Amino acid sequence: MLFALLALALIALVLAAPLIAGAIERRRENRPPRRRGTGGLEELSLYDPGRERRAEQRARELLRSCVNEEEWSMYRDLGFIRVAGRHARRESDKRTGPAYAYLVYPHKPIVAYVPASGQLLSEYCVEFPDLTGAGGRQRLPASDDVLAKWMALTSDEDRVIRRANLHLVGRQHDPARVRRDLWRLAEWERRRGSRSEIQQKSR
Amino acid sequence: MKPGHGEILLAEGDPRVEEDEERLIEEFRRQLDEGMWAAVPTTQPGSGRREAQLVKDFADIPIEAERVIFFPRASGG
Repeated sequence: MLFALLALALIALVLAAPLIAGAIERRRENRPPRRRGTGGLEELSLYDPGRERRAEQRARELLRSCVNEEEWSMYRDLGFIRVAGRHARRESDKRTGPAYAYLVYPHKPIVAYVPASGQLLSEYCVEFPDLTGAGGRQRLPASDDVLAKWMALTSDEDRVIRRANLHLVGRQHDPARVRRDLWRLAEWERRRGSRSEIQQKSR
Repeated sequence: MKPGHGEILLAEGDPRVEEDEERLIEEFRRQLDEGMWAAVPTTQPGSGRREAQLVKDFADIPIEAERVIFFPRASGG
């Protein structure tokens, strides 16, 4: 008898389930929006984890559209860009290549070095802070930081160097790591040179 | 370029059209007044070398320039 009653109750529950679900849904829709604390959560800007990634993606595209193919490949493969120094010590420097050059890293000081000898000269600590004051301590996406340094160096090297804080290499950069980067750059150029040589021969 | 955001389109238009030009000049001045630097990416005709040209006045922008990039002024870090 008890078993039969339980079975009947179960069947009734199953049959009534769609009606109950509909009633709950209608009640949810008719319910006024929940009251929030002062200020309202909707007014707070929610953290968007994809925003920085999207900003960096846009920054990479912008950088790519501004620098030449070699510089872009260098940044993509090695993580930094080399910019030749404008000033020449002697007339012969103009023929043999730049007397000095810079390695431009994202969010790290610019490193000056002598391409002929690999001698590290100095670190130029420079940043591009938010001037509006609205951004707090936010900084440019990595590739925008590289592009800003590249634009500043190629347009007015003296001005950006004057504004930068000058230190010997070793304050923020590990000299061993920079030397390793110079070796990586040389290897990269050697491979790139031999690749283009092969391509030219095959034509 | 804006810290925390990256690239933002501020204004676009054809400077040969008077209405557009006024809008572009206004935005250019506003950015410089906020302390931004303005640069135009250029390509040297002979060598194909890429570099940037800093511009301080709207009239300095090369006619063939497709865009002007504003970025925060450099300071010692």
